[in-house]
Amino acid sequence: MARIDLNHIRHAYGPNPKSDKDYALREVHHSWEDGGAYALLGPSGCGKTTLLNIISGLIHPSHGQLLFNGQDVTNLSTQERNIAQVFQFPVIYDTMTVYDNLAFPLRNRGVPEAEIDRKVRETLEMIDLASWTNKKARGLTADQKQKISLGRGLVRSDVNAILFDEPLTVIDPHMKWVLRSQLKQLHQRFGYTMVYVTHDQTEALTFAQKVVVMYDGEIVQIGTPEELFERPKHTFVGYFIGSPGMNVMPVQLAGDTAQVGSHKIALPSPAMPADAKKIELGIRPEYIRLGREGMPVTIAKVEDIGRHKIVRTKLENQDIAVIVAEGESIPADPHIAFDPKGINIYADSWRVGGN
Amino acid sequence: MEKTWNNKAWFMVLPMLLLVAFSAVIPLMTVVNYSVQDTFGNNQFFWAGTEWFTEILQSERFHSALFRNLVFSFIILAIEIPLGIIIALNMPRKGLGVPVCLVLMALPLLIPWNVVGTIWQVFGRVDIGLLGHTLESLGINYNYVQNPLHAWFTVILMDVWHWTSLVVLLCYAGLVSIPDAFYQAAKIDGASRWAVFRYIQLPKMNRVLLIAVLLRFMDSFMIYTEPFVVTGGGPGNSTTFLSIDLVKIAIGQFDLGPAAAMSIVYFLIILLLSWVFYTIMTNYDAER
Repeated sequence: MARIDLNHIRHAYGPNPKSDKDYALREVHHSWEDGGAYALLGPSGCGKTTLLNIISGLIHPSHGQLLFNGQDVTNLSTQERNIAQVFQFPVIYDTMTVYDNLAFPLRNRGVPEAEIDRKVRETLEMIDLASWTNKKARGLTADQKQKISLGRGLVRSDVNAILFDEPLTVIDPHMKWVLRSQLKQLHQRFGYTMVYVTHDQTEALTFAQKVVVMYDGEIVQIGTPEELFERPKHTFVGYFIGSPGMNVMPVQLAGDTAQVGSHKIALPSPAMPADAKKIELGIRPEYIRLGREGMPVTIAKVEDIGRHKIVRTKLENQDIAVIVAEGESIPADPHIAFDPKGINIYADSWRVGGN
Repeated sequence: MEKTWNNKAWFMVLPMLLLVAFSAVIPLMTVVNYSVQDTFGNNQFFWAGTEWFTEILQSERFHSALFRNLVFSFIILAIEIPLGIIIALNMPRKGLGVPVCLVLMALPLLIPWNVVGTIWQVFGRVDIGLLGHTLESLGINYNYVQNPLHAWFTVILMDVWHWTSLVVLLCYAGLVSIPDAFYQAAKIDGASRWAVFRYIQLPKMNRVLLIAVLLRFMDSFMIYTEPFVVTGGGPGNSTTFLSIDLVKIAIGQFDLGPAAAMSIVYFLIILLLSWVFYTIMTNYDAER
């Protein structure tokens, strides 16, 4: 297991990158703790798979350094880095048996047969394929195949890190939960450093201790699920995480009040952004109360999703989503009020203040 | 809607049936017809029964032509299949090299067969041919017109030059269909170059290789034009393969009966051997 340092890493796929636009990965400078479970979360094309492949050595970064336990591994090959990676679509050696598939990475490294046998059987037990040991891998279903891919990643115990590239895409929803909690258990038991790429926020939030949110080739925030929810550092994190996402509206600041259209909102503490072009206020739908007090709104739509209702309202020209408990009624003359605890202020999309 | 039940649909198949009848069934039946009769010209035919078949199956000449042909097919398969795989593995996967390589590879396949024969016939000549002259000046007494070994060498080299590309193109098609993730996973798993070939590339090429082996076997077993142009079946009978022999009997000696009988035996041998190849390779495939 290793601590991973990403030292000013930048990557462009084309030759001679000139502007920031040419970089798939703009600049990543972070340290990931030994034994941590990280999830890389972001929309498609934000650079998360690029970052993962840089760590595994499948891609050599254009700039920057990668350190495992303080040792520079930037120029080492994938084999020499000794990491495991599980891909989005199952990769199996279909002429081999299930057993041989799992034994393959060990045999390639000259591990003694007795040790291989012990490890493979243990892993097969873990991924619940023990009864398939001597079957040909070819005839398996997609999620069984993906389990084999997972198994090949888990079978080596001496790896520096295990990387997952959206590994549960092809697995059906029920199995997803099972496998995800198994991975989490494994992490707790063996303390692997795990990096898990996904675009599914539930998956990221349930799997990881720290979620790394990426947007447009940059890491915008690293934090615990709670931090991401309560204090999104960037407006993108605000609306990417949460369902529905955070309400973000342009405001004018004056001391400790913010003005939305013609309404004034008291801020918990005065925020003084230097000279930003764009000031916004962000508040999650969970922190807005719909009632008879506050700012008058019109209701555009009510979505009843069972647990609660999502009320789509309009405050002057601003769309605002509000979450209302299932039992509560919606008043005929609706008003909304912001809970000061949930207010965040953003200058040019980055958080500058709030609660 | 009411369903109509009648046999009119057969009319839809009729054009195809006619086409197959005229292109395959009727000519084949003519041959069958010849094979069981004897003729002395004048369009007079006499029933001969299985006489020609017995004669062909017992003839020394047929046996030796069959043996030569089997050896020839075996040698060219043994060279072209591995060579084709090696070339395909080393061809570029992207960039400008791809179209260049593909065009170069396709060139020999586009040349008419008798032109291929002529090219090699000239190529091997000691007086003006590049190959013949070079060998001569290296002190090798090369003469494909008189030395059976040299004749075989020339014919095999020609076939390898002409047909290896086909194997290459088929294998290449198999190789490019392998997703990148497989190679990446192999790197992660620490697989050697050999293991990548054995467990990723070869299994993916399996199907195209089966086609390549079948096509090359059938083609080489029926080879006629190229050796006919280069050696004419000689020296002596050393490069007289089955189809060259067949033409000699049918056109040269005008023995229609024996020639027809031989055609049928020849056809059955190809069918049988192709079936054997196919069964072995698909069974092996299923077993794994």
